[in-house]
Amino acid sequence: MSRIAATFERLKNEGRKALIPFVTAGDPRPDVTLPLMHALVEQGANIIELGMPFSDPMADGPAIQRANERALANGMSLRKTLDIVAEFRKTNQDTPVVLMGYLNPVEWMGYETFVKAAHNAGVDGLLMVDMPPEEGGGIVEHARAVGLDLIYLVTPTTTNERFDIICKRSTGWIYYVSLKGITGANTLNVDEVAERMSWIEQHTDVPVCVGFGIRDGETAARVAKVCSGVIVGSVLVNAIERLESESAVEISSQVSKLLGDMRVAMDRA
Amino acid sequence: MTTHTEDYHAHPDATGHFGPYGGRFASETLMDALDELSAMYTKLKDDPDFRRQFDKDLAQYVGRPSPLYLAERLTKNWGGADIYLKREDLNHTGAHKINNTVGQALLAKYSGKPRVIAETGAGQHGVATATVAARLGLKCVVYMGAEDVERQKLNVYRMRLLGAEVVSVTSGSRTLKDAMNEAMRDWVTNVDDTYYIIGTVAGPHPYPTLVRDFNAIIGREARRQILDQTGELPDALVACVGGGSNAIGLFWEFLNDKSVEIYGVEAGGHGLDGDDHAAPLSKGRPGVLHGNRTYIMANEDGQISATHSVSAGLDYPGVGPEHAWLKDSNRAHYVAITDDEALDAFRELTRTEGIMPALESAHAVAYAKKLAKQLGKGKRIIVNLSGRGDKDVHTVAALDGLSI
Repeated sequence: MSRIAATFERLKNEGRKALIPFVTAGDPRPDVTLPLMHALVEQGANIIELGMPFSDPMADGPAIQRANERALANGMSLRKTLDIVAEFRKTNQDTPVVLMGYLNPVEWMGYETFVKAAHNAGVDGLLMVDMPPEEGGGIVEHARAVGLDLIYLVTPTTTNERFDIICKRSTGWIYYVSLKGITGANTLNVDEVAERMSWIEQHTDVPVCVGFGIRDGETAARVAKVCSGVIVGSVLVNAIERLESESAVEISSQVSKLLGDMRVAMDRA
Repeated sequence: MTTHTEDYHAHPDATGHFGPYGGRFASETLMDALDELSAMYTKLKDDPDFRRQFDKDLAQYVGRPSPLYLAERLTKNWGGADIYLKREDLNHTGAHKINNTVGQALLAKYSGKPRVIAETGAGQHGVATATVAARLGLKCVVYMGAEDVERQKLNVYRMRLLGAEVVSVTSGSRTLKDAMNEAMRDWVTNVDDTYYIIGTVAGPHPYPTLVRDFNAIIGREARRQILDQTGELPDALVACVGGGSNAIGLFWEFLNDKSVEIYGVEAGGHGLDGDDHAAPLSKGRPGVLHGNRTYIMANEDGQISATHSVSAGLDYPGVGPEHAWLKDSNRAHYVAITDDEALDAFRELTRTEGIMPALESAHAVAYAKKLAKQLGKGKRIIVNLSGRGDKDVHTVAALDGLSI
C-alpha cells in the first residue's frame, strides 16, 4: 500500500480527516522549507504538498505567484526541491509528500529521469496543474513503475463524463478545486461543495480532498465534514510573505501554528 | 516507383496534436470550455452562413483582398530574386491580426458570451480585439505587460478610445508571456461569461488551429495573386515568427506545394550567441508553455527565459506548435535576424518603396534580402508584410536619439 493510501486508511479508522498544507519549496528561501515541513507535521499535517517553483504559474493568484518568484530569486530549482524531500525523508518516513507544479521543468528534466529521482527522494505523488489526464500519457507508465501516485484536479466545470475519466486515472486522492478561478481567490461556498461532494463520493472510492478558498479553522472544519481532507495553501503562503525577513525557525513556528489552529478546529468538529 | 508524399494539411489530429506538439495542457477548469469551443468551431467552420459572414467581414470591414505588390525598386537594388510583398499592413487596424479577431469575434457572438479578453505584446492584437469588440458591443479587457504598456503608449490609448479596459500586468518579466498568464487567470475565473480571443497560433487546442484557419486567407490570396501575375508559384515564402500567426497564415496554402521553400524568421535580438533574443525554434528545445507543447526558451531548470527583441510583437519565449512540427519535419526552415538587421531593413524598405513596415515584418524583409541574393535573378519570393510601422516610429526615433 502506498504511503498516501495508508494515510487515508489510518485517518478513516480514527474518524479524522486529512489536513494537507501547501507551501512552495524554497519560499522565501531554500533553508526555510525543511524545518517548515517538520513543523507542519508536528502541528497536524497528514500530507505535505510541496510546490515546485515555476516562472509562469498560470493557475495561481498573486500570493502564490510571488512565492514562486521569491523561491526562484533565491536559487530554488527542481533538483533542489527533490533534495529537500530526500532530506525530509531521513527523519520522517510516514508523512506523504506530493509535488505540485507545472510541467515545463519536468519536461526539461525528462519524465523518466524526473520520476525516478522523485521516487528515490521519497516523493509519493505528483499533481501537475497543466497536465490534464488526456496529456498524461508520457508520465503514467513511469509513475506506475515506481508506485508514484498521480493526482488530478476536478473542478466545478468538470462534466460528469470527464469526471469518470479522471477517476479512472487518479491514484492517491482526487483534488476537488472548490471554485472557478485561481488560488487565493474568493472564499468558497461550503453548501455548494457539500452538494457536489455527495455526488462525487457516490461515483468513486478514491478519497476526495478539497482545496482553494479555505482560510480558517471554521471553514476547514465545515469542508472536512463532507470530504476526506482539506488542502490549505494561500493562507500559509501569505503568512510566509509577512514573515519573509524572519529566521527559518521563526517562520516555521508561526506558519505551522496557523495550521495547528485548523487541526484543532477540524478535530473538534 | 512509389513516392511517399506527406499531406501537410492533415494536421492537427483530433486531439490537437501536430506530431508531438500542440495538445491541451490547460487547467482542469478550462477543459470543458475548450471542449465546447472545439465543438462549436468544428460545426461552424463548414457552416455556409458562418463562412459567408466571415468572408463578408473580411471584404467589407477588413478591406481584403490585400494587394500582392512587386517591389521593383527594392528588387533592382538587391539585384536578385523578384520581391513580392503581401500587403497585410493595408488591412483595417494595420496588420494581419484583424483576420483572426474578426473570426473569433464571430465565434464569441455565436457562443453568446458578452465579454471578451485578450493578451497583447506590441498592442496590435489588443487593438484588433478592441476594434471588433467595439463593433459588436462586447465588453473588452486587454492584458498587456507593464513594460509593453510603457513602450507602446499609442496602442494603449487606441484601445482605450475603442472602449477597452487595458490592464497593465506587473508580474514576472512584465511582457507578453506574463500578459498571457494573466489572461488565462481571468479566463479561469470568468469562464462562464467570457470568450478568450488568443492572438496567435499558440495556446491550448483548438486555438492554434482556429487562429491558423482565420489567417490562412493570407496564403490563399497570395497563391492566387502570384499565379495571376506570373503564371507560376513562388520559389520561396518569407515571414516573421513570434507566436507565428502571420507566418502560418501565409505558409498554410503552400504547404503541399513542394517546390516552394518556406522560411520563418525569428527575432535574433542582439545575436543568437548570447541570451538576448527571442528565437525558440533556433535556440530552444521542446517543452510546455501556455497550454501547448512546442519549442521554448528556458534556463537549465526549465524556467521560462526573459526574451529580447527590438520588436515587441516577436518578444515571446514560445512559438505556435505547428511551426515546431514544420521545423522537425523539415518542411519549413527557421532562421533569425538581429535587431540591427531588422532596423536596416525597416529604413531601406521605407526609403526605397515608400512602405514603412512594422519592426516585426522588417525581420522578414531583412531575411528576404539575403535570400534574394542566394536565389538570384528570375526567382520569386513572397514576403509577408504583416503590419505597418506607424506604431514603431517612437522606438526608431528613440534609437536615433530623438524624442518625438
